[in-house]
Amino acid sequence: MDAIKEAINSFCSPVAIFTTAIFMFALFMAFPKQMTNKWVAGAIGLGVVGFFIFGMQDAHFKDIVGKADNLPIVGMIFIFGYFTWFAMKKAVENDERIAAGQPTWEKTESEEKVLVFPYLIYIEFVIALLYAAALVYWAILVQAPLEDPANPTLSPNPSKAPWYFLGLQEMLVYFDPWLAGVLFPTVIIVGLCAIPYIDNDPKTSGYYCFKQRRWAITAFMFGFWILWLVLIMVGTFLRGPNWNFFGPFEVWTAHKVVPLINVNLSEFFYIKWLGIALPQNWFIRELPGFAALFIYFILIPKALERTVFKKLYERIGAARYHILIALTFMMIALPLKMYFRWAFNLKYIIAIPEFFFNI
Amino acid sequence: MTEETPKTPEPKKPEAAPQPPKAQEPAAGAGPKPAVPASPAAAKPVTPVVRPAVPVAKKPASAPAGKPAGPASPERRKFMMSWLSFAWIAFSAATVAALSTTLRFLFPNVLFEPKMAFKIGKPDEYDLGKVDTRWEDRYGVWIIRSPEGIYALSTVCTHLGCKPSWLENEQKFKCPCHGSGFYKSGINFEGPAPRPLERFAISLADDGQILVDKSLKFQYEKGEWTKPLALLPV
Ligand code: FES
Repeated sequence: MDAIKEAINSFCSPVAIFTTAIFMFALFMAFPKQMTNKWVAGAIGLGVVGFFIFGMQDAHFKDIVGKADNLPIVGMIFIFGYFTWFAMKKAVENDERIAAGQPTWEKTESEEKVLVFPYLIYIEFVIALLYAAALVYWAILVQAPLEDPANPTLSPNPSKAPWYFLGLQEMLVYFDPWLAGVLFPTVIIVGLCAIPYIDNDPKTSGYYCFKQRRWAITAFMFGFWILWLVLIMVGTFLRGPNWNFFGPFEVWTAHKVVPLINVNLSEFFYIKWLGIALPQNWFIRELPGFAALFIYFILIPKALERTVFKKLYERIGAARYHILIALTFMMIALPLKMYFRWAFNLKYIIAIPEFFFNI
Repeated sequence: MTEETPKTPEPKKPEAAPQPPKAQEPAAGAGPKPAVPASPAAAKPVTPVVRPAVPVAKKPASAPAGKPAGPASPERRKFMMSWLSFAWIAFSAATVAALSTTLRFLFPNVLFEPKMAFKIGKPDEYDLGKVDTRWEDRYGVWIIRSPEGIYALSTVCTHLGCKPSWLENEQKFKCPCHGSGFYKSGINFEGPAPRPLERFAISLADDGQILVDKSLKFQYEKGEWTKPLALLPV
């Protein structure tokens, strides 16, 4: 027992969790048919449940997972897992139907019409009753996690954002507050609003499908699962005092020391590679960072536009293409920067504390 | 209105009476019609039957008829107006009152406004090489005595403003929110904090006590730590 816990603890680290999640995600997107198969999906689901049951035997694990603040996250894992599986399953079915020249599942179903009342309304009513009952029981059984009145001289350790913001808080570890706290949330919201204008192809609306929308679905699910849900889970269960990373069976102590020396790109470039002191002028100092961003956000998209994405560019036009690329590249930049931090302790690509501007 | 109309023609159609209690709009509308003299079966034929019975009545449900209720309507309208306006005024007043209570939220329940300048005792009360946390709750400063002198460090993390804690064993300040770490000098060395902690003006008062003035702050990245008030030489 303890050996297993030890092994899990020592395996867990931000980079291991994140990489495993990306790997699972890639597997799911590459083999949707096999992964949504009832045996495979059932095994995964049982595995997760089994892990929780196994973990609940551990006092510390139970403490963290059973916290009133954290219950929604446990629910979230199962609810979103289930619905992702469900949608993907339907999509795979429809893909097969389409390939065989049959009408989609939704089409067949909608041919036979039933009345909203009572068929739909009754279901909704029953579900609403169940939900209401569940909420009442939840409210009665679990004490609300209220704390003392606000006190600016007292930061609880660890200090955690509300659970739905824990993904952002996790990003704050890797990014400047302006980026992770202001720019990213804005871009996420605006970007989500922009999706129907970028992808205005009506072809596949009204039914589940995957093949015809492979990239759109993959991109969205990556943002949703990896960059939002996984980060929330990490922030909830695995970040302890001093925002250090703790394995699921590790005891949260404020004295865990994790050496984290972070180095800016400019320091890498001038001190490590060129072997000279940092230039005084901030612009010259941050030139490597500007160059890196220029290559990433301007040159690479330009190159792709001429080669790989030529067809896409012609189909959706310049304006859509540029918005799409800007959003996608920002989304990819997020995990990229996190990996740079893990691999090279890279702190900021551009760091101008003079203006409070860091990327 | 449809329910009221059958009430008035009582003498004519006794069958109409049992209908209203059911109060089923669709049924009541459809029900009485066949009973009415054989005329075109629609909603309209009902009204002609009602009208002859109504004209002299003082306060019938005149709305559907419109014209015949001539003499009674101005007063009735006045009456309606006064009640209606009363209701609206009451409603708006209640709404405004309810909303105005939200203004209360603009004023925090807990106010933290300690004095900006304060005395913190004699220099020899502070041990060399120690981070003194005795004022952190009251004034939000750490007092540190280094070989060069005494300085007052702000307890506000330069990342997003949480309060780091001093870890004696690890000899560093560590922020609980996103894990920024600072040396004893206040210089940031780990985590996302973009710049060192700020220092406050520190000097000796006339009575020999140390005087810290938080209204004057010194930032390392602006090269201000070398300014005279940033450090109290001892
Ligand atoms: S507020 Fe201190 S690390 Fe974010």
